[in-house]
Amino acid sequence: MSNAAVTDAAQIAEKPARRQPVGLVFCCTILGAGAQILMKTGANHLAQPGLLGMATNLPLMGGYCLYGLSTLLLVLALKDGELSLLYPVIALTYVWVTVLSFLVFHDGINPWKLAGIVLIVSGVTVLGKGGRR
Amino acid sequence: MKTPVSHMLLVLLGAFIGSFGGVFLKSGAEPVRQGLVYLVISREPPFFNWRLAAGVAFFLLSSYFFVLGIRPPGELSVLYPMVSLGYIFTLLWSRIFFKEPLTRVKFFGLFLIVVGVVFVGLGSK
Repeated sequence: MSNAAVTDAAQIAEKPARRQPVGLVFCCTILGAGAQILMKTGANHLAQPGLLGMATNLPLMGGYCLYGLSTLLLVLALKDGELSLLYPVIALTYVWVTVLSFLVFHDGINPWKLAGIVLIVSGVTVLGKGGRR
Repeated sequence: MKTPVSHMLLVLLGAFIGSFGGVFLKSGAEPVRQGLVYLVISREPPFFNWRLAAGVAFFLLSSYFFVLGIRPPGELSVLYPMVSLGYIFTLLWSRIFFKEPLTRVKFFGLFLIVVGVVFVGLGSK
């Protein structure tokens, strides 16, 4: 009886810890996509080329900060998760960037992009479910 | 096909270098289990977490080659599929350096993602 209780407790304690890494990379891709959109906005409004122009460009610098934050989350995810499982999940960034550039820059969405989004999301779902076992 | 081979090679090089970024981030992340301080410091010489720094450096270097590669006349429809090759390299390194099991689930998930990235590229013409 005590053995079973210990196993149960271990499972309860282990489950969220195992599920967490994929969730962290999920957040990391949202931040990464936000970074790319900010950098694109910054690049569109780059007053003068060179380092000074870049350093005074608020959206561009904001983009770099988001990238830093997203890398930190990736490290926290990798500390508990497998690289082979988590690295491909980064492809979710393509999904957010496609959706955001449609909303922000009015870039076109076509059947190819839509199919790609569906495939990437399914792939990530497969990896997410596999990692839970 | 307008995309020059030199641009394809630049993007492939970027993907290759980026896959090592993942490897160094993973090896630098292991000590962080004992506390967040180990993001920066290390118990062994040179007493800072050089592996994480190397991971970030590899990512920055890889993004440099990406940007050079996707410059005009590089076409995203041709170049995006090459970017996703980086995921396949990473699968290989995970097996070699971290002895991670390569399961059918991982192959299937990766396959869907790679085909998805190819499609997003095809839609970006």
